[in-house]
Amino acid sequence: MVKEIERTGLPVVHVCTVTPISMTVGANRIVPAVAIPHPLGNPGLSREEEYELRSKLVEKSLRALETEVSDQTIFES
Amino acid sequence: MTKLRVVHYINQFFAQVGGEEMAHIEPEKREGAVGPGLAFNTEFGEQAEIVATIVCGDSYFGENMDKAKETVLNMVKEEKPDLFIAGPAFNAGRYGVACATITAAVKEELGIPAITGMYEENPGADMFKDKVYIIATRDSAAGMRKAVPPMAKLGLKLAKGEAVGSSAEEGYLPNGIRVNFFEEKRGALRAVEMLNKKLAGKAYTTEYPMPSFDRVEPGAAIKEMSKATIALVTSGGIVPKGNPDHIESSNASKFGEYNIAGVTDLDADTYETAHGGYDPVYANEDSDRVLPVDVLRKLEADGKIGKLYDHFYTTVGNGTAVASAKKFGEEIGKKLKADGVDAVILTST
Repeated sequence: MVKEIERTGLPVVHVCTVTPISMTVGANRIVPAVAIPHPLGNPGLSREEEYELRSKLVEKSLRALETEVSDQTIFES
Repeated sequence: MTKLRVVHYINQFFAQVGGEEMAHIEPEKREGAVGPGLAFNTEFGEQAEIVATIVCGDSYFGENMDKAKETVLNMVKEEKPDLFIAGPAFNAGRYGVACATITAAVKEELGIPAITGMYEENPGADMFKDKVYIIATRDSAAGMRKAVPPMAKLGLKLAKGEAVGSSAEEGYLPNGIRVNFFEEKRGALRAVEMLNKKLAGKAYTTEYPMPSFDRVEPGAAIKEMSKATIALVTSGGIVPKGNPDHIESSNASKFGEYNIAGVTDLDADTYETAHGGYDPVYANEDSDRVLPVDVLRKLEADGKIGKLYDHFYTTVGNGTAVASAKKFGEEIGKKLKADGVDAVILTST
């Protein structure tokens, strides 16, 4: 899905936990997520801390979309 | 003759420890064969036997790959096996990646013959088919009976150091390595036969498949995020409560388009996940954990992004055919482009 959407020319950032799969599939902008059942959350944290964690991941995703890439790129912290 | 020693790797499900709620368990080693290992032992007969089984949760492996790999490698080493077998994993994505990763590690780092098996569309297959022998299986555990004999047969050959035939003979996924053999018919005859079949519209098998390098150019970066319309797409199966369009929990045949204009937070009363294959508790409690609508609304209010697009698109990635995902992506991409969306955040579980 990432690839077909990007084929239209729109930049896509793929937020996922198992980044090797994303690399194999062919995503160009990849942001590593927290865990498979809760990529953008962590039930072990308080609501506030969890929201903070999610904000950081979303902002990192936006930064990835603002970054020109010429090849597959994983945006680590 | 003493029997060859085999170590087998399986997940929590095939060890009957539990389903998704147990996918977090760390690797543990048990004596002898467990679950599908019994079928392997039958197939091995007097030639080999499973001396130990390593059981590991799929989520644990996926989320702690380096650590899990090291632990499992140590467990394998202790047994001094002649052969290592993982799976078969069929079309279970995390399990397939775990099986292929650990099989490659055992082969490369311990120098022990190793083999696994899975469905050709399993992500683990694409990642490792040129590094280890992966027997092609069906897409579900209903294919166990057919998967065990070729895995056992090729495994024994590897353990004994016997010559391995071509992928077509042995049943492994083509790994790009050519095996020389004598054809019964000469080339010109085979070519004409193939051409005749093609002209008659019949099925034929090419002898030289073209490699497919399907890569897409990265979209241009967003210049002014504060004016950009951002759309959310997910393969994590987030749907309005009750799953109104009945998106299937695995091998989805469709995607959903849902209006989130005015929605500031996804809560347990209004949204849930339709996705099978991962523990849905966390997504059902708070779907923002998969589809971060709450944060994007805040960023929209703060002027950090121009707008969160009024619809989100969703499907279930669990065991979904690549052809279906491709079709969904094409349709979603067209809609987003036509509607003036500037960029997409796609989340996966």
